[in-house]
Amino acid sequence: MGISREKIKELEEKARVIRRHIVEMIGRADSGHPGGSLSATDIVTSLYFYKMKIDPKKPELEDRDKFVLSKGHAAPVLYAVLAESGYFPVAYLKTLRQIGSSLQGHPDMLSLPGIEMTSGSLGQGLSVAVGMALANRMDKKDSKVYCLIGDGESQEGQIWEAAMAAGHHKLDNLIVMLDHNKLQIDGKVEDIKGIEPISDKWKAFRFNVIDNVDGHSIKDVCAALDKAAAHKGKPTAIIFETTKGKGVSFMEGVVGFHGRPPTKPELEKALQEL
Amino acid sequence: MAEEKLVSSRETYGKLLVELGKEYKNLVVLDADLSSSTKTCTFCREFPDRFINCGVAEQDMIGVAAGLAASGKIVFASTFAVFASGRAWDQVRVSVAYPRLNVKIVATHGGITTGEDGVTHQAMEDIAIMRSLPNLTVIVPADAIETANTIKALVKTHGPAYVRLNRPKVPLVYESENYGFKIGKALEMTGGKDLTIIACGIMVKISMDAAKLLQNEGISVRVINMHTIKPLDAEMIIKAAKETGAIVTAEEHSIVGGLGGAVAEVICENYPVPVVRVGMKDMFAESGKPQELLEKYGMTAKDVVAAAKLALSRKGK
Repeated sequence: MGISREKIKELEEKARVIRRHIVEMIGRADSGHPGGSLSATDIVTSLYFYKMKIDPKKPELEDRDKFVLSKGHAAPVLYAVLAESGYFPVAYLKTLRQIGSSLQGHPDMLSLPGIEMTSGSLGQGLSVAVGMALANRMDKKDSKVYCLIGDGESQEGQIWEAAMAAGHHKLDNLIVMLDHNKLQIDGKVEDIKGIEPISDKWKAFRFNVIDNVDGHSIKDVCAALDKAAAHKGKPTAIIFETTKGKGVSFMEGVVGFHGRPPTKPELEKALQEL
Repeated sequence: MAEEKLVSSRETYGKLLVELGKEYKNLVVLDADLSSSTKTCTFCREFPDRFINCGVAEQDMIGVAAGLAASGKIVFASTFAVFASGRAWDQVRVSVAYPRLNVKIVATHGGITTGEDGVTHQAMEDIAIMRSLPNLTVIVPADAIETANTIKALVKTHGPAYVRLNRPKVPLVYESENYGFKIGKALEMTGGKDLTIIACGIMVKISMDAAKLLQNEGISVRVINMHTIKPLDAEMIIKAAKETGAIVTAEEHSIVGGLGGAVAEVICENYPVPVVRVGMKDMFAESGKPQELLEKYGMTAKDVVAAAKLALSRKGK
């Protein structure tokens, strides 16, 4: 079992294309958050092109899996993945953050098919994912809910309210994915308000924890997602170790690129690297 | 005119939830550790599989409500008004109102009549902050019968809503449910030509009492039950301004931004006439019995009469 070598190659190529979309759309918009989109690219790519039961031709498919992007500022990675999946034309990506576009600065579930939840005010998506997982259980659907949160976002109290709810209800149809890129707007997470020991926290909230996963190894990401989806009796938290700005040398690990778009020369350089 | 009969709006709400739960299999109820106070516990006993107690975590409750609604459920979420509005406002804004999800927030313990628990539990700003949210219907029923009408109407209407109920039993304003309740459509309780009192919640009954006192002095008063604060029945307000020339607003809420604010906005922009607001005067109250608090902080029939006289004295000037 597991993922084939060919599939890994295919996903790696897909992730490369998606990273190009991300820097291009943010560069063109001259606005947006490249760092946290690039750190999450391999995770979100694996979800949509390997793991989740979805049908881009039927966005409302009754028993589909759902993805909630709680760290809504990583909207570009979601938009790029949705476009590459076929929810809307890739050419539409260039309208990011433009007036009249459905590609809002942060995801708006009413604006486009495929966006499962509106997000952008940090900490809220996980509670919503808990509600979706509870609904699946009530309706006896075996669909999963995947929720991506940030490490800076983990400073929000509501994340832990939701974690307590998921653990209490033993929501094994819920998978929390932490994009542990260790940076937030004002600096290093551990300098601003440390969240360590993060694995222990999730364990304490009654989660099955899969930690130390290389969030940029497609093989490891997919293996962790498989393990998480198969786990029974508890929700799973996967701690993905990632690099902010991954894939663009001058953005990697640079705090400034949390919410700053690349300049024209920077965009050219980034696209050369990708 | 109905006889003075005290009925609990929250008990009516709890009982109705059970009825609606039988009819609507996709109706889910949430609470935040106050189910015995909000009366959602009645639903909980009947439909334990469709009830989720979110614990003392109002922000999480609103998010969970949004997730359930996004999955096709009709969600009723209850807690005290002060927590449902203030504590979880951004969650209501981003996770419910903006995506127009089918979440009905039915908050109990609205207003100063929450009483002995004091300032922390008296929601006096909720109407103001909730009516500022786009897409959110805001309703303050006048009594238990109107509460029933509100809940029945909301369950049939897709979209987010905030309903504000009281802690104490309140006098019935209506005798039966057949009086033409419609969301967004204000109701004239008494006709009159000298002045209009626009009220919501328990202040409807108090304003009707005030109208009688004024009537005894030969002043002809129109009383309007503005149960829906949003979408506001502006037409009814403008008509009252044109026909009676003076307006008093009466709410068990701060005079800042609530019903008084909403009415003043309409009047100022459309047909300026004197407006006097009855309500909490931009201050925090204290612990006490509901009636004592209404008296001390100026929300009785006597206060409405005084406001009416002030409005009348400014008329035509």
